[in-house]
Parts: sequence; C-alpha cells; structure tokens
Amino acid sequence: MFRHLTTRILSRPTTVTAARARPFSTDVAAAPAADEAFAEAWKKVIPNIDPPKTPLHFMTPRPSTPSSIPTKLTVNFVLPYASELSAKEVDMVIIPATTGQMGVLPGHVATIAELKPGVMSVHEGNDVTKYFVSSGFAFIHANSYADVIAVEAVPIDQIDPSQVQKGLADFTQKLSSASTDLEKAEAQIGVDVHSALNSALTG
Amino acid sequence: MASSAAVPFWRAAGMTYITYSNICANLVRNCLKEPHKSEALTRERVHFSVSKWVDGKPQKPTIRSDSPEG
Repeated sequence: MFRHLTTRILSRPTTVTAARARPFSTDVAAAPAADEAFAEAWKKVIPNIDPPKTPLHFMTPRPSTPSSIPTKLTVNFVLPYASELSAKEVDMVIIPATTGQMGVLPGHVATIAELKPGVMSVHEGNDVTKYFVSSGFAFIHANSYADVIAVEAVPIDQIDPSQVQKGLADFTQKLSSASTDLEKAEAQIGVDVHSALNSALTG
Repeated sequence: MASSAAVPFWRAAGMTYITYSNICANLVRNCLKEPHKSEALTRERVHFSVSKWVDGKPQKPTIRSDSPEG
C-alpha cells in the first residue's frame, strides 16, 4: 500500500523541477533551498522520520540577480593546477573570445564564451594585469560574476620571443608541406597560437 | 550533406576540443622562458598504462610515460 504512495511522492519532485527548468535562467528568481511540497507530503505519511534530503538541499541556491548593476565585477580565474584569481573584484576584464576581444563590465549579460589563444587583461583602477591564455572558456553570470577557466595562462613577460619566432617559422613551413587533414589542422593550430603569442609580445 | 553549423577547422579535420586545447597548451608551454618552462614541463608530466581488454582478459599494456631526462 505504501509503495504506491512513495512512488507518487518520489515522482513529484521531478515534475516540479522540470517546470522550473523551462523558463530562461535570466527570468528565474533565486532558487529555493528545499522542496516544500515534498517535505509536507512526506510528513503526512511518515511523521516520525525526517524527510530525506533532496539534491536541492545540498545545492547552494543560485544568487539572485541584483536589481541595480553592481559597481564591480567579481572574477574567478582558474587553471587546472592553480587558482590565479579567486573572487577578485575588478572593474573590467577583456577576454580573447573566438568571436574577438570581448570586454566584460559589471552588469554584462550572461554569456558563455569559448576562448581562443590570446591575451586576457584584468583592469582594476589604473592597474592592468595581462595574461596569455592558451584556450578555455569564460562563463559570465547575470549577477556580475565571471568565471574564466584556462588550460595554461602565463604573464606576458614569461614568454620567450625567440622561441615564438622559431615556432612560427616552423609551423608556417609545416602548413605549406602538410598532406593529410589532420597534419594541416595541427600546423594551422601551431600558426594560430604562435601568431597570437607574437601579437601578445608586440601589442 | 551540408553541415548545419560552421564547425571550427580542427573539428572538421576530426580533432576533438580536448586534443585541440592540449595542443595549444603544449605549444604555449614550449614558448616560455627558462625557469618557468622547466616548471611547466615537470608539472604536466604524465605516466599511465593503457591496456585493451579482449574476452575478459587484458592485452599487453602500452605505457605512456614522460620519464625524467638525464
């Protein structure tokens, strides 16, 4: 007898969350911390045992988008082996997206950008810190938080110009002599990365 | 059959994003100045062995290892 009841209760949260998943994330208010309907239904049937914790209980609710644009952008810049910037409040970051250099200010629309090899600059007051990013992604959230994840990011002064020139010459030569598609793609990647490194050093 | 979206050139050549990203990272690491370059290369060294399983038995493993030089 109770089995039917529990399957019905357990199926309820999925319909509730499915309805919540349909609106766009920009329209949704801060997510609730617990599923009220499930807890109430549980208490009606089994009042002596605490309701089990649903995944919603463990997830920190999405922070609400403030109604006025915040003055600073909070940036988290992470690499696989280190966290370069962690919740740092800055004025602007310029990221090398595949669609071009993108400037991110507080109040930027929520965006996911794939990054190409290029220079990322972090502007805080009058200081500008530049990093060369090999590739990665940038997630800009509606509440002026930006998460940039990169595989390799180095400050520009750690790049060796002679290696860059040598690499550029090598790969340009490989590109002209490449035969298979894969070789051409690898040589093209080499040319792209080295020319980006070159313009990072000169620009 | 025409593709519905413009694919990047590396995807069209049969490469996945992870391969592309790792190649870019390796190229950048090779262009670093000396103390940072050796740090980066030691940090990214891997050592693993892969073996295919056939009929419930592992075949001869292939070992991929960036063993220390010298």
